[in-house]
Amino acid sequence: MDDAINILQNEKSHQVLAQLLDTLLAIGTKLPENQAIQIRLVDVACKHLTDTSHGVRNKCLQLLGNLGSLEKSVTKDGEGLAVRDVQKIIGDYFSDQDPRVRTAAIKAMLQLHERGLKLHQAIYNQACKLLSDDYEQVRSAAVQLIWVVSQLYPESIVPIPSSNEEIRLVDDAFGKICHMVSDGSWVVRVQAAKLLGSMEQVSSHFLEQTLDKKLMSDLRRKRTAHERAKELYSSGEFSSGRKWGDDAPKEEIDTGAVNLIESGACGAFVHGLEDEMYEVRIAAVEALCMLAQSSPSFAEKCLDFLVDMFNDEIEEVRLQSIHTMRKISNNITLREDQLDTVLAVLEDSSRDIREALHELLCCTNVSTKEGIHLALVELLKNLTKYPTDRDSIWKCLKFLGSRHPTLVLPLVPELLSTHPFFDTAEPDMDDPAYIAVLVLIFNAAKTCPTMPALFSDHTFRHYAYLRDSLSHLVPALRLPGRKLVSSAVSPSIAPHEDPSHQFLQQSLERVYSLQHLDPQGTQELLEFTIRDLQRLGELQSELAGVADFSATYLRCQLLLIKALQEKLWNVAAPLYLKQSDLASAAAKQIMEETYKMEFMYSGVENKQVVIIHHMRLQAKALQLIVTARTTRGVDPLFGMCEKFLQEVDFFQRCFIADLPHLQDSFVDKLLDLMPRLMTSKPVEVVKILQTMLRQSTFLHLPLPEQIHKASATIIEPAGESDNPLRFTSGLVVALDVDATLEHVQDPQSTVKVQVLYPDGQAQMIHPKPADFRNPGPGRHRLITQVYLSHTAWTDVPLPSPNPGDGAWCWGSFFLAVLQQLLTRRLSPGRQDAAVSEALSPIDQVPDSASLAVSS
Amino acid sequence: MPEIRVTPLGAGQDVGRSCILVSIAGKNVMLDCGMHMGFNDDRRFPDFSYITRNGRLTDFLDCVIISHFHLDHCGALPYFSEMVGYDGPIYMTHPTQAICPILLEDYRKIAVDKKGEANFFTSQMIKDCMKKVVAVHLHQTVQVDDELEIKAYYAGHVLGAAMFQIKVGSESVVYTGDYNMTPDRHLGAAWIDKCRPNLLITESTYATTIRDSKRCRERDFLKKVHEAVERGGKVLIPVFALGRAQELCILLETFWERMNLKAPIYFSTGLTEKANHYYKLFITWTNQKIRKTFVQRNMFEFKHIKAFDRAFADNPGPMVVFATPGMLHAGQSLQIFRKWAGNEKNMVIMPGYCVQGTVGHKILSGQRKLEMEGRQVLEVKMQVEYMSFSAHADAKGIMQLVGQAEPESVLLVHGEAKKMEFLKQKIEQEFRVNCYMPANGETVTLPTSPSIPVGISLGLLKREMAQGLLPDAKKPRLLHGTLIMKDSNFRLVSSEQALKELGLAEHQLRFTCRVHLHDPRKEQETAMRVYSHLKSVLKDHCVQHLPDGSVTVESILIQAAAHSEDPGTKVLLVSWTYQDEELGSYLTSLLKKGLPQASS
Repeated sequence: MDDAINILQNEKSHQVLAQLLDTLLAIGTKLPENQAIQIRLVDVACKHLTDTSHGVRNKCLQLLGNLGSLEKSVTKDGEGLAVRDVQKIIGDYFSDQDPRVRTAAIKAMLQLHERGLKLHQAIYNQACKLLSDDYEQVRSAAVQLIWVVSQLYPESIVPIPSSNEEIRLVDDAFGKICHMVSDGSWVVRVQAAKLLGSMEQVSSHFLEQTLDKKLMSDLRRKRTAHERAKELYSSGEFSSGRKWGDDAPKEEIDTGAVNLIESGACGAFVHGLEDEMYEVRIAAVEALCMLAQSSPSFAEKCLDFLVDMFNDEIEEVRLQSIHTMRKISNNITLREDQLDTVLAVLEDSSRDIREALHELLCCTNVSTKEGIHLALVELLKNLTKYPTDRDSIWKCLKFLGSRHPTLVLPLVPELLSTHPFFDTAEPDMDDPAYIAVLVLIFNAAKTCPTMPALFSDHTFRHYAYLRDSLSHLVPALRLPGRKLVSSAVSPSIAPHEDPSHQFLQQSLERVYSLQHLDPQGTQELLEFTIRDLQRLGELQSELAGVADFSATYLRCQLLLIKALQEKLWNVAAPLYLKQSDLASAAAKQIMEETYKMEFMYSGVENKQVVIIHHMRLQAKALQLIVTARTTRGVDPLFGMCEKFLQEVDFFQRCFIADLPHLQDSFVDKLLDLMPRLMTSKPVEVVKILQTMLRQSTFLHLPLPEQIHKASATIIEPAGESDNPLRFTSGLVVALDVDATLEHVQDPQSTVKVQVLYPDGQAQMIHPKPADFRNPGPGRHRLITQVYLSHTAWTDVPLPSPNPGDGAWCWGSFFLAVLQQLLTRRLSPGRQDAAVSEALSPIDQVPDSASLAVSS
Repeated sequence: MPEIRVTPLGAGQDVGRSCILVSIAGKNVMLDCGMHMGFNDDRRFPDFSYITRNGRLTDFLDCVIISHFHLDHCGALPYFSEMVGYDGPIYMTHPTQAICPILLEDYRKIAVDKKGEANFFTSQMIKDCMKKVVAVHLHQTVQVDDELEIKAYYAGHVLGAAMFQIKVGSESVVYTGDYNMTPDRHLGAAWIDKCRPNLLITESTYATTIRDSKRCRERDFLKKVHEAVERGGKVLIPVFALGRAQELCILLETFWERMNLKAPIYFSTGLTEKANHYYKLFITWTNQKIRKTFVQRNMFEFKHIKAFDRAFADNPGPMVVFATPGMLHAGQSLQIFRKWAGNEKNMVIMPGYCVQGTVGHKILSGQRKLEMEGRQVLEVKMQVEYMSFSAHADAKGIMQLVGQAEPESVLLVHGEAKKMEFLKQKIEQEFRVNCYMPANGETVTLPTSPSIPVGISLGLLKREMAQGLLPDAKKPRLLHGTLIMKDSNFRLVSSEQALKELGLAEHQLRFTCRVHLHDPRKEQETAMRVYSHLKSVLKDHCVQHLPDGSVTVESILIQAAAHSEDPGTKVLLVSWTYQDEELGSYLTSLLKKGLPQASS
């Protein structure tokens, strides 16, 4: 550092000076505790601030911003090194002649703020002046600075120039930033629009101005189309708007009162949403969303504008506004005319838009029964136009029904086309549209006990069918004369979460506390507990992750115990027999299960990972012992022993922090004996390991807070398709794949699609990151195309490992079967499980290849 | 006194035949050269005799600038250049250059072939006129001659519309032409940098209007069309061939695409096909969406919009037809209207303003029975809709542009006097700048104070820099040097260099001044008192007491001597060179006030 400072004093070239200062900055940031150095560096920077080159001044300001001392109390040292008031120094450069230096000064100020220095309020006025700077980067930075100050001093009062009124600083800042939404440079506009969203303290009066734009025509006040629509709606005379001169100007305006350039917030969002650049529009929509979330009244007001954005020319903007609407939908109720516009988007040819809209409808409040009817009609229209939307539409109707039971009730006779006197024809049960209607009605009926009285006989039959086939869409109903069904299911209607959770805890406790039971008893207890947990997981979906996770762990333990119980061990000398299948199979299976535990659950914490690795280590020890027992000769053992010891070493290094928690465990003992093991012969090692395995205690697996099993469901291609996919050999065919992934972390890099051809050849495909959509927390949707291609074969291909999974054709036509990589069958009851997805942790697991074999 | 003079020959408190003369720093520029729709006599063209009664216009005008291809901005161009006579350069943007002749030819055809006018410009004249055109790019600075330069900015409004900055030295004028501050489906918004012109000449068509969000209008329009088509009805949209027609086409095209609609859309006129071709070519002039997607697909290559044939009008089933002209007063749009008017399923949408007396105006004001030629009565059962799509900036937009450019004064043209009055008042109030609104033929004179650039020698600058801290923009600084004026260029050099350059010897100039002080003490003591007094007052100057009894302050010498007649009075001799004039005069005035009492 001294060198650098020395050179700095003699250097003439501005470029070199700038680079040297850069070096000093790097040094300074590396030594954040050393006050003296920092003060010295700041001094150096201050000295060079008067340099004529903008580059040098830039760097000096950067240095000041990064290293300028935060506390002023340091002056008490009395060393004469009076700590300079960094803010003042930087503030002086707000009016530098070079725009780059001005920008650097503002950035340095922001940097100070980020480092925790409280900026002075005086900066606010300086920053406001910079808003009218000639250069966009200066304005952009100034907007940021104003935002920062407004967050620091929201409540202080500032005077309005040219009048003697005073307003809150945050309101004033809001007005100023709003003004920047109509700036000449789009960079600044984006910046301003973004920042508006995070100014939640602003008073509602100002907030509502942002949506206000006084229209006039020839100096007469005109109502906006939004106001007209609202009026028409409230006056009951709906859907006119066809008369010419409907928008004829009303009252005369006093010319003096019209303010064309509002200093305040007026119409900021109206401008932002109409901006030329879609970046600005998106930013404005985002800001609207954030502000609306914090203010219900504003949400109500901005609805019209958001609905308008549904017709934007750029798809991203449309999508964003639909998402925004969904986020604020708790605060709003859609009017019929708004619903009309919203529903018009259902005909959009983009699938993303339609699905986003379905999601929106799921959580929308509709005010009238006509609205519900309208929504249903439009959704059915959507269904006929795009049959692929089936599932999404059904789901949407499910929520629509359960949210508005009273609105659906009067519609039921019409929807089911029942007649008071005549029996009507029974509709086709496989018609997706009819199912859609039923889903709506049944979900509404759940909280509306009078509704089933309106059903006709076949409706009840259809209910029973749908309750079985689409149980996730059709809730259990209390139907007259079906008490049995309803009582059996009723517990799950009103879930008693506490007892089941308690049960889970208790059964796990039981297992852990009774670990010194005789082997037979332990085994039985484990078996029962595993069964209990599995059943619990099935019943209680929210506990499924925890239950499955624990059950898997217990199963590993059970396997280990069973393996150690084998008679084989009782024989003193190695038998070199081939009959230790059980033990080696157990070891293999434990390994597999531990990999699953590690990678197939989201929310696994370090605590659990240690335990899982520990279990795996035990499995490896078991494997080693089994090999030692069953193979002749010592040579292969050498290698295996060495490898094992390496693994132990690796384990120790990785989890050194967690070792204290593993008291009395296998690894604990193992590490005690490590020096001895390193020097002993393989046979001895095996012996030691064997005794240790038997003595080791059962480790308690702490339950993680949030654990979910990662899963994937392939919606398309459906497995049971009757018509095989045919393609010409050597050419490529694209297959649409549509899958939902639940609780998969970072799917963009971990999820792959595997295509398994009938001849056993497998192909891994990396979907593009853009193919993953994120419709909700923990949920991902993969919509991609995989390309299939194969050369012709004439031989009879090997029989598929699972003949039920598919059929194949001869010659140049094949059926392509996508098959899962890990042996996970997603839903054992379903036939289409053959087509599933590889949730592959391949990159992390070195021996996953061996796992794949077992499919 | 230098000044800028502006005289509108057309568009002064009026809409139509835009033509504005600007004289700036001795250069004469004509902005736009349009015709007036409202007149069919001589008044339709600007009165060029205002410029000169005899002699060619070329001698009086340095250049002509055309802002965009609308006829009220370029319609008089062949008349002006070929019939009156002008051979200088005509500047316009590339799209304007391409589309302008098509419209002029069309205009000529209607005037000559249909109305049978004689003494009108010919096709050849249009061609000759277009040969004089120089095309410019956006933001390209074109040097018209050594001093005059022009620069084009994007203006929205129609394809190729531009705002022009005219600059001579440090004086500049910006002419906006017609512009639009809100982007539409095919064009972006007007934009200008903070060029701080002396004068901004802006259009003010919608001076008293603030418009609703364009999204509402678009949504209404689409909804109406969609509903009619779903009912199985036919929709007629009368349009003018260029401008709005393309916007509506894009709007419908994207809507059809999005909604997967199948009903056919037809476009009826040959002229538009040609113009569409240019829209396809000049992609850089369109808005963000079109520019970004044209690699995959050019938005003007309409998938759903096909050319119209007369026979299609009788086809069954729904359809949408764009037909010219826009006010339903003649031509194809009227023919189709007559065919479809009887069916209540059909619909006509008027996307713009209709002049009184046209069929369009009648149906919009609610007339249901129309008398056609030949005493036929046409009963209108179809729905009639009105929808305003306009590409001019509204009052807010105008204010926004003025705010962006930060001019020293504003001049309003292209609007109605009454509305201008309002806007003028607003501009003066909000921006505190002068605002003018001359009528046709009325001249506005603006005095300007152009800054004169002076070159300073580097040596002098560095020397001055070394003396003080950084230059502070807010405080004036005194600087010694010599101003050399030679061949209308100014240089500031140090006096030594000036002497050297001019071959002059340096003369010393000293001021001396006697100050009488009443002090009975000896000279030495007096000098001592002067010294200590000055020392205490002039803290930042170097004050010395020399051994010979004199006192120096910097280079100023002060000597004390006894008065020859009155020993009680001492004479202080103060002497300084003219370079130290400031300090010297300060010193004398200080000494004249007398010394403080010795006791103090």
